[in-house]
Amino acid sequence: MKFGVITFPGSNCDQDMVYTLESMLDQTVEKLWHKDPDLKGVDFVILPGGFSYGDYLRSGAIASFSPIMQSVIEHANKGGYVMGICNGYQMLTETNLLGGALLHNDSQKFICKNVYLKPVSKSAIITQDLNVEETYKIPIAHGEGRFFINEDGLKELQDNDQILFQYANEAGLVDDTTNPNGSIFNIAGTTNKTKNVFGMMPHPERAVDPNLGNLDGRKLFKSILDNLV
Amino acid sequence: MEKNTQELATLEQATTLGLLPEEFEQIKSILGRTPNFTEMSVYSVMWSEHCSYKNSIAWLKKLPKDGPHMLVKAGEENAGLVDIGDGVGCVFKIESHNHPSALEPYQGAATGVGGINRDIFTMGARPIAQLNSLRFGEIEKDRTKWLVKGVVKGIGDYGNSFGVPIIGGELMFDKCYNTNPLVNAFSAGILEGKMISATASGPGNPVYIVGSATGKDGIAGAAFASKDITAESADDLPSVQVGDPFQEKLLLEASLELAKTDAVVGMQDMGAAGITCSSCEMSAAGNVGMDIDLSKVPTRQSDMKDWEILLSESQERMLVVIEKGKEKIVEDIFEKWDLHAVEIGVVTEGGTINYFMNGEKVATVPAESLVLGGGAPVYHREYTEPAYFQEFKKFNIDDVEEPSDLKEVAVKLIQNPNIASKRWVYEQYDSMVGTRTMTTNNPSDAGITNIKDSNRALAMTVDCNSRYVNADPEIGTQIAVSEAARNIVVSGGIPSAVTNCLNFGNPYNPECYWQFVGAIKGMSAACLKFGTPVTGGNVSFYNQTVIDGKEEPVFPTPTIGMIGVVEDKDKIMTMNFKSKGDLIFLVGESKNDISSSEYLVSYHGIEASPAPYFNLDKEFALQETIKSLIKGELINAAHDCADGGLFVSLLEMAMNKDLGFDIVSDSEVREDAFLFGEAQSRVVVTVNEDMEDEFLETMMKQKVPYTLLGHVTKGKICVDDEHFGFVSEMKDIYDHALENALEN
Repeated sequence: MKFGVITFPGSNCDQDMVYTLESMLDQTVEKLWHKDPDLKGVDFVILPGGFSYGDYLRSGAIASFSPIMQSVIEHANKGGYVMGICNGYQMLTETNLLGGALLHNDSQKFICKNVYLKPVSKSAIITQDLNVEETYKIPIAHGEGRFFINEDGLKELQDNDQILFQYANEAGLVDDTTNPNGSIFNIAGTTNKTKNVFGMMPHPERAVDPNLGNLDGRKLFKSILDNLV
Repeated sequence: MEKNTQELATLEQATTLGLLPEEFEQIKSILGRTPNFTEMSVYSVMWSEHCSYKNSIAWLKKLPKDGPHMLVKAGEENAGLVDIGDGVGCVFKIESHNHPSALEPYQGAATGVGGINRDIFTMGARPIAQLNSLRFGEIEKDRTKWLVKGVVKGIGDYGNSFGVPIIGGELMFDKCYNTNPLVNAFSAGILEGKMISATASGPGNPVYIVGSATGKDGIAGAAFASKDITAESADDLPSVQVGDPFQEKLLLEASLELAKTDAVVGMQDMGAAGITCSSCEMSAAGNVGMDIDLSKVPTRQSDMKDWEILLSESQERMLVVIEKGKEKIVEDIFEKWDLHAVEIGVVTEGGTINYFMNGEKVATVPAESLVLGGGAPVYHREYTEPAYFQEFKKFNIDDVEEPSDLKEVAVKLIQNPNIASKRWVYEQYDSMVGTRTMTTNNPSDAGITNIKDSNRALAMTVDCNSRYVNADPEIGTQIAVSEAARNIVVSGGIPSAVTNCLNFGNPYNPECYWQFVGAIKGMSAACLKFGTPVTGGNVSFYNQTVIDGKEEPVFPTPTIGMIGVVEDKDKIMTMNFKSKGDLIFLVGESKNDISSSEYLVSYHGIEASPAPYFNLDKEFALQETIKSLIKGELINAAHDCADGGLFVSLLEMAMNKDLGFDIVSDSEVREDAFLFGEAQSRVVVTVNEDMEDEFLETMMKQKVPYTLLGHVTKGKICVDDEHFGFVSEMKDIYDHALENALEN
């Protein structure tokens, strides 16, 4: 199993992701560069957080036209794993690898804090081993994280078990008071129909290092690693 | 100014650009001729207060500069560099962006963040954590709200995109800052390879400009920052630069990649006075000259004049001297990051800088004559003690009636914007990018950032209670240094070194200058005591505000940025109560003192009082005691008493885990002073019941007084058996007060 972490100009969580995978989770990581379409034989592509191309125009919009993205789309369409976190999630919706869109937070402010996630999907490898009765403390840090999708799209996500996480409180309550950004149905992450492309706004890589006092993100990565095929 | 820039400058032009008549004469005598307009423009910015420190340098030289961990001398490079052990070098600095932020808060604050970070990575260090220290006027004013929102968004948008976490800071409101807010930004980085010096050397080596193109923004911003803010200041809007964090992020990565090669000889970022300052300072530092062709500089606008290119403060640019023959290395790296890297000149023998435009020489200046430590003027200003100083000392606590309902006082105080939670601000900042911030989930008094793959961590803090400094500049500044050291010590760190940001009024006003001199004396004494040399920083004069139609300086505000080393990450001390039943002790002494407290000012409306009780030797002893308690693993939480006094400290310790406290007051001290007074050198610690004997045994060997206050409860707050409410209620008020004040 080989992970690939792509650096776009303006990515700022790429090095965090590499550190987490290599030093904390003992995985093999290939650092990929946006100008080079070669995925170097990686099995699992990660689009990291940050402000690719300054997030000018619209978050993730320009990155979706980056030379490497055509390879990522081909990889995903062949069933290869792709995961986008924060800005990476925005790229996945911009390239239509995932449905919906990520809009400005309803507060119109950037928000950085710990939130609690309630896992939903039972069929995606990232949530498979998580307990739906529990919540997981994972930080968010975004200005444009309000997930939106039309009614039909939402129904499709629900029918196909494509919702990965909902914003909740520690006790698992999911409602407007536990929604940090106004996302529809409190959605914090989604997957595609074939469950090989994952997107989420929260940053699990920020909750893996014991030095940081929060290990909940480790559980998400462990679920991925234990269920990879 | 549509003129032939080669015409000889006149005295009138010189004074318009901010030079004094005697300075104009001095320029003529240095050059042995009358400068042309372009040359005079160069002198006017290089000799501005902002670049030359001409009114402060004589006193700054008196600050303690030597310490065992210093790797470069103070002021020699863009930022201070200290050894934090295990072969890791830490580069850190604080800088003000007050004047731009007063006019255009969003861009003013954003470019402040950009500038301070460039100072770090131009030395080859990767910035890993930021702090900021912000001061605004009365929160009720619409202008204040506009400034706060703009500044916070500017800092957030720039820092979040750039990708360096903000892990702490301070925020204060007072009417003295109504016109002139203070925006001080701190950044710390870790050297990834060798240090890159801001020195040019090797005649024949090419000089490159890298990064963004040069535009007309921020022309002569340094001269602007050296003037009083007045009603006409809005006309100076073109003096405010525009920032692009995306370009800065690319410049960071490209610069650090460059620093790892052997191609770079020297590098300096372009901040104040742009190409002028970087070329002069790098040349003067290396005793060389340069020939610079301004027509080769990539520009954003066509037809830029030579002096506009020289003085532009466009952001996200660097001047780099490359070893001849290694040009391709540089060009390839910047090509990779889609940035300009253009050869604009060459290093020459001798100390003369020649600027050319379209093949014609437009200016010739001796580099040394322009820079601080060289030919830039040095002034010794007059100073006199203002009348208020003695007046404030007449304050007597007995003249203040003690309120009957102290619970009501407590509830009011925790809603005070100077005391209430700063959550509204810090949630707009990415505090966790980099996966190094250790104090997000386990809060301490100082921000702590992990040094990956080592047993060490870096603690940092910015502190200054400017009300204390106003009341007594010397004592107040000793307190600022002490509080910074205390915050690091109670977090489990050892204070290492200081950077300062000296925000004062007009230096030509002798009473302002008296405050400045007092602050320097106080800082020197305290920094010597704690062994924390001053590695650098900046001075911002001309901060004043209009009160009742009269110009009044802001409170003298010498912000202290301090770093400390945590040698063993397992010994980091957090500030939150751990469990019900833990014993609460006060280490230090309760005093019958409410001087300069938030309580005295906001509840009683009394502004005239001296600095709170403080004794430097006792403070030092207190910190040594706390160090030994942490080392001996005798306490499980520690938090110092600061703004709002003991009650606020206890509440801050309680809220994180929704625990409460039950305490008894001191019969020797008025209860309002006990709860809300801000006498210094006090730290609240909690002790697990099983550790009580060992704790007491250790404390008895110390000379520092201590008292048992009470114990941690499940959530109830009691003082002398009086029920003050539940922590959850208090927390709700404390958490939302600032948001309510700003948004409603």
